[in-house]
Parts: sequence; structure tokens; C-alpha cells
Amino acid sequence: MTTVLTIDDSPSIRQIVSLTLSGAGYDVLEAADGAEGLKIATERKVDVVLTDLNMPVMNGIEFTRSFRGHPAGRGVPVVLLTTESDESMKAQAKGAGATGWIQKPFQQGQLLRIMAKVAGA
Amino acid sequence: MSSVDPKDTFRAEANDLLEQLEKDLLDLSASPDSGSLIDGVFRALHTIKGSGAMFGFTVIADFVHAFETAFDRVRKGEAKVTPELVNLALRARDNICALIDGGDDAASAGILSELDRIVSGGTAAGAGASTWTVRFKLAGDAVANGANPVLLLDEIRAIGPTRITAITDDVPALADLDPEALHLAWEAEIEHIDPTEAIEDVFLFLRDDMELSIVRRDPVGESDADAPKAADSGPAAGVGQDGVAPAIRVSAERLDELMDRVGELVTAQARLSQLANIFKDPSLSALAEDFERLTSGMRETTMEIRMVPIGTIFGRFRRLVHDLSCELGKDIALDMDGEDTELDKTVIERLADPMVHLIRNACDHGLETTAQRLTAGKGGQGTIRLQAACSGTEVRVIISDDGAGLDVARIRARAIEAGIIPADREMSEEEVHQLIFEPGFSTAREVTALSGRGVGMDVVKRTIEALHGHITVSSRPAEGTRICLHLPLTLAIIDGILVRVGDGKFTIPLTAVEECVELDDNIAETERGRSFLNIRGTLVPYIRLRQLFGTRAPADPYPKVVIISSGENRVGLVVDQILGNSQTVIKQLSRLHARAGAFSGATVLGDGAVALILDPSALVSRGKVEAGEADRKRPAELAA
Amino acid sequence: MTYLILRLHDETFAIDAEVVRSIVERIPVTDVPGAPLAASGLINVRGRIVPLADLRVIFDLPRPEPDENTRFVVLEIDVAGEQIAIAIIADKVVGVGEFEAADMLPPPNSGMRWPTEYVRGVFVREDDFIIIPSLEAIFNAIESAGSFIEKERVLP
Repeated sequence: MTTVLTIDDSPSIRQIVSLTLSGAGYDVLEAADGAEGLKIATERKVDVVLTDLNMPVMNGIEFTRSFRGHPAGRGVPVVLLTTESDESMKAQAKGAGATGWIQKPFQQGQLLRIMAKVAGA
Repeated sequence: MSSVDPKDTFRAEANDLLEQLEKDLLDLSASPDSGSLIDGVFRALHTIKGSGAMFGFTVIADFVHAFETAFDRVRKGEAKVTPELVNLALRARDNICALIDGGDDAASAGILSELDRIVSGGTAAGAGASTWTVRFKLAGDAVANGANPVLLLDEIRAIGPTRITAITDDVPALADLDPEALHLAWEAEIEHIDPTEAIEDVFLFLRDDMELSIVRRDPVGESDADAPKAADSGPAAGVGQDGVAPAIRVSAERLDELMDRVGELVTAQARLSQLANIFKDPSLSALAEDFERLTSGMRETTMEIRMVPIGTIFGRFRRLVHDLSCELGKDIALDMDGEDTELDKTVIERLADPMVHLIRNACDHGLETTAQRLTAGKGGQGTIRLQAACSGTEVRVIISDDGAGLDVARIRARAIEAGIIPADREMSEEEVHQLIFEPGFSTAREVTALSGRGVGMDVVKRTIEALHGHITVSSRPAEGTRICLHLPLTLAIIDGILVRVGDGKFTIPLTAVEECVELDDNIAETERGRSFLNIRGTLVPYIRLRQLFGTRAPADPYPKVVIISSGENRVGLVVDQILGNSQTVIKQLSRLHARAGAFSGATVLGDGAVALILDPSALVSRGKVEAGEADRKRPAELAA
Repeated sequence: MTYLILRLHDETFAIDAEVVRSIVERIPVTDVPGAPLAASGLINVRGRIVPLADLRVIFDLPRPEPDENTRFVVLEIDVAGEQIAIAIIADKVVGVGEFEAADMLPPPNSGMRWPTEYVRGVFVREDDFIIIPSLEAIFNAIESAGSFIEKERVLP
């Protein structure tokens, strides 16, 4: 089973992501900020990470950079949740090693398409 | 976020996709060779299938899967797009709609076997498709950053029949090999009409930092070498696919709420400006001006958010005409113009049903049969034309046909039969045309399955009037009929002029106002004592609002007249005082007052008082009736 | 059940507290020409335009000029299948009272000067009748009357 870690400071976003992905047969782990996410992602086997960009403690870019720097983070797809105004952040995110992005707000179908794209169905 | 039922999300998404699907299919019947349309159909089906399965709509997923499989043959060029196929695909689409709405899948098997028959009966294998060579090399760190070449290759294979070769030229000697870097490149040969878009979709996240070339190999016997395609597009646009700007879904209620808030803001701003005028404090005045500017910007933006292009409902009329054409055995073309014209969403929503009725009528009764047309020396194909255009603050939506025109004798006979007019009533042609809007009127000699639904033109007329609009009809024998809906741009905010009648303040929509004059200078009497206004030689009836409203407060010595118009007609409204312009947030009257006749709504003035908004069309027809009655009693002759 | 008790002329009425949204002091009323006399005004309740009904017309009571005791009670009532806000004039708001639903008596058939279809029932307290008006019936009747300008400004 594919394990997805969703990192977002908004409980409602985590809930909708979690609901959508577990409905589609993914195993879902949740974290409320980048630091907590990094701890989980480096300690457990995670197949895909879905992270918000703007978060307290450690934001999505910092998370991605740190995760890629860790042996566990090499090759694991990291998808960022961005908003319209984050266009310039995308370049920064790619530089940090992000695999892809989803623009918020997204429809559940879009999330699943992107997940299938980076993680396989 | 409150708990969202994922199934509702699926339904909302599926409905959007099905709408898109219908549009693409109808477009496809016009341009059957368009690869991007075929891809569009395929993508929509694929998405519905995917999310349908996920949310437990297995019956839908299974049906869509079979539909998709059949259409895949079209996409691969193994079957051709024919009118028959489009019709069947439209039926299949309707079946999906029905399944989503909880219908049974009794029809599914029949549709699928027919689909199967059509697509496998298609001859020319590979018609339209050619072989494309796609070469790509990912950035060296792509794999380290989470990209998976295996998945990418799978996605490419899903586009069409594919042969993939790895290019190992750049793989270094073992000693120099960085195990985390990607050294391979690939070349894929794909059979497809045009896979460019699909390929770019595969590399959605990688497009910026990779090498990609997509080249068509000439189909046998042709020599026009295509230049390498694409490979020049800018950064891929994330999930905002299809070049559409990212959009969010907002519930209509929230929009209404926002409009209400802005309404209150406008009112508060008016109060502030009033205070600033009283206190004459420069800094307060400056603040009031700023506030006014911000408020009006806010108001405009909010109104724009509520505006929806009328094309959003025109789309469904294409399907309607397509179906009617099949059902009635008439060859009907649909011409549309002005789809970009924007109207308030509430107006658009309530416009759909009346328009369906008008288009049915035009197809069913307006247009002749092909045989009749040919006999009459016309082309065999009839045309229904939908036009929308903005004119001032009014939007006109015109539904016209090039059919036989309204049959005046028959309408008259029918109206007499239905007891709408007495048998000896003398009427002009125009007046006869208006009879079709009378309740209980239906010209259909036989009630057809299409038009005989119990809703008549009277309902259409009422709906349009409820939207503060009006409807006009014109017709010429053998040339056709033209029905024009005149609609207000928005229901939310209007500019008006504020008048006083006795103690009461009323707003008159500025769009209806032609001019303001003094009563005493312009009054004219006919020989028999009937008064009119004489506006530059034209007689205009007038209404004394004091009388109409039963005002008891003392009258001003010099009454003013506001001349308003609606449609072709004018009427003068006699008021005590004209107070000036005002920006008016329209609030609908409650059900208790909806039928109080002369008003279309109410608004809150700057001082917090409530003012009623006068309804020009009701007042103009009232003026017309009064003038008409006077005419009947004694023909109007102007004394001077 | 909790009721808002109010006076219309010399009669006492009780309104189910559930439908009461707010009570406002006297504010200017805009007359709606041509509207039924029982609902002939509009008031501005915090930016919202609310029709003002006068139950005294329905119950054929004298209508004294408003004074310092006059209040407008804003209610939310189902009219023709739609929840709408309607204010009613009260000559005085007396207060809130608790009554058992079981104590409600059917409207007496005779000896009542008001139309029984507009009364849900009465409570008897000491020597006083407290009338529970049937608000839905009243406002639906006003709604369907909805007289036009030339018609008489009273209920049919």
C-alpha cells in the first residue's frame, strides 16, 4: 500500500486530503508543520509527501530542502500545495527539490490525478 | 471546513465534466477531425471513470469505462467520427447523467453494444493518425527529486500504440557513474492524430528543465515536413489545466451574502458622506471621499463576480436544437452570437427555462418542414438565431427563426375561440402578435410531444417581467419571427433619481428616465378636455403619483414631471420634488409586497430611511391603459 | 413553551418565542402605497428591509398613534413555503411568559369578535384571555391577498 504523508497547518485541509486519499486506497499520515513532517518522513517509510507551502515552524520549502538532504528523502516524490500568489515560490520549490505541485483550492479528482501521476495508481 | 460529502464533490465535478463533454461532442460533429476535441472527450471520460470508481459509483465507472474503450478506438484513429457516432455518444453522455442522478442502468447495455458496432464497423484503420517521434531527456536530478521514469513511460503508453527505446548515449563509464543521477534518454514512437498536448501533460512538472521534442513523421506519400512541434511552451501551469485561469468554486449563497454586505457598505458610505457635508471638516471629507472611491470599487468588483456570460446557457441550446432537429425531422442550423455578453447570475439562471420554451416553439412551430421550405423557394435548412448584446444597461437576447412567421389569422381565430378577445375586436397585426402571450393561448393545432408541456408563452412573459425585463415580438409572413427579451444588466444595484411625493421618497431607475420637465409648462389638452404632456409635439400620457399613492400631505406649488420609457412607450410621472441622483442597492420586496403593483424593490437611503423603487414597465403600461381608455372614449385630438 | 407577551390595544397576545428574532424601538416607517393595510409599511432593521405588519387590522382593533411604548417585533415566519422576516407592531411589549402547550384552549367559537381562522388558541390567566395568533395563516392570507393599487387596501 502506498503511504502518503500530508503536512498542513490547516486541520480542514488535512481532513479533506486524508479523506480523499484514504477513500482511494492510500495510507495517510498527517503532520501539522514541516518539522513534525520531517520527523515522520525520516523515521517511517513514506512513499509520497504532500505538503503545504506556508506553515509555522518550518515551511514547505524548508521541509523539502531538509528532506532531500536526508538519505530517506532521496527520490521520494514531494508535492507542494500552492496558492495562486505563490507563482514565484514554484521556482524556489523546484530548486529545493520538489517533484510537483497542486494549486489550491483543488478538486478531489485533481488531487487523485496528481497522486497517480507521481506515485502510480 | 464543514464535513463535505465526497459524493457531492464527485457529482459537482462530474456535472462540469459532462457539460464539457457535451460541448466537445457537439463541436466534434462540426469538426470531426479535431484531435484536441477527441482528446478532450477522452480526458473527460477518463476523469469521470476515475473519480466515479473512487467514490463507489461502480455502475457509472463500468459504463464510462466501456464508453471510453470504444472512444479510445476513435482516438487512436481506428474509427471515424460520424454524425451517428456523435448522436450515440450524446446518448451515452445522457445515460451517465441519469446514472449519476440515481437512475437504473437499463439503457447502458444497448448503448454500449451500438457504440461497439459503430466503432468496430469503422473502416480505415489509422485514419487521421500518423506516427510521431517523441524524444525526451529529464534533468539529471529529476529522479532524486521524486520523478519516476517508469510511471512517465506508462503514461506515454496510455496515449496510443507506442514503441519506446532507451537512448544510452550519455551513460558514463561505471567509474564515473553517479548512481542517483539520471543518464538515460528515451525515444517513443506513437500512433496518434496529435499527441502534443497529452505529452506535455505527462511532463507537467518536469517541462521547465528537460529536453523534449515532438515531431510528426510524414504519413506515407506526403512530404510536408512538420517543423519540430512544441518544445517551446513556457512553464507548465500546474493544475490550472487547459490554459484556463485557475478558478475557485463559491456557493451562490455566499455571493448573495457578499452582495448584501456591499449593499450595507454603500449605505454606510452614503451616511458618512452626508456627515462630512454637515461637519465640513477637511480631514473627514477626505476620508469620506476615499471611502466613497473604495466602496464604488468594491461594488463594481462584486457585481463583476456575479456576472456570468450568457454563453454558459447557450451551450445547452445547441444540444436542444440538435435533438429537436432529429426529432422533428427538420434540418435546423443554430447560429449564435454574443455568447460573451454578461448578465447577473440570477438573471441567467432564470432565463434558461423561458429560452428553452422559445427555442422549442421556434423549431416546432416557427420553422416549416423541409418540404414546405423548398416549395416556398427557401433553402431546405432552417435557421434559429440566438443573439445577445448589451445596449446601455439593458441586455437584449433575441431568439429568431427564418420560418413562416406568425399566422395572424390563425392567432386571431384561436384567441376568439379561447375567449381572450371578442369576435368583433378590431386589432392591428402587432396587437394580434401580442396575443400569443395571453394565458390560455396555444396555437399548436395538434399538441406535439415537444411543445405541449403546459407552459405557455404567458409563463415566459411572466418570468421575464419578474426579472424586471420585458419581451417584444415581431414577425413577417414567410420571413420569420423574432422575439426579443429585454433584460436588466443586474438585479443588484442601479443608479436612480430620487423623487419626493408627499412625505414619501421614491427612486426611479435612471435607465428608464428620459428627461425631467415642469408640469405646468408642458401640459396640453385635447379638444375634449383630456390632458397629456406635449413633449416637443408628441403627446405623452402622465400619472399624478400623488393621486396614485393616495398622498394626503400638502402638494408643492410647482410639480415636476419625470418622463420615463419602457419599450416603445413613455409616460410622465408627476412628483412634488426631484431630490437628485442616488446609487441604489436593490432589495427585493418580500412576498407580502411583491404584488403591490408599482414597485420593483426597495432601497435604504443614506439617512437609513427606506425608499421604494418605482417599476417603469408597470407604470408605463398603466399610463398606456389610461391613455387608451381615453382614446376609446373620444379620439384624441390635440387642440394646439 | 416560552412566549413573548405583547399588547395590541386592550388585548393581550402571545407569540412563540422561537420565531422572534429581535425587538426594535420605534423607527421611521415607509408606507407602501397599494399594499394591504395589514402590511402597509417597510422598516430598516440594521440594513435589512423588513415588511411591517399590523395585526390590529386583522383583529379589527383600534390603532392608536405610536407612542413611547410602541415596539416593532421582528419575526421569522414561513410564508408560502419561504422563511421571511416580518415585523409586527406592538402597542407594548409586556414581557416573556411560560405556558404549557397542554393548557392552550381552542379558540371559542362564539363571542369572539376576531376571525377564528387566525387564532391558534388562547391561554386563560386570571381573568385575562391571552390570544395565540396563527401567524402563518395570517401572513399567508396577506400574501395571497397582495392587493394591487386600485383595489381596496384591506383583506378580502
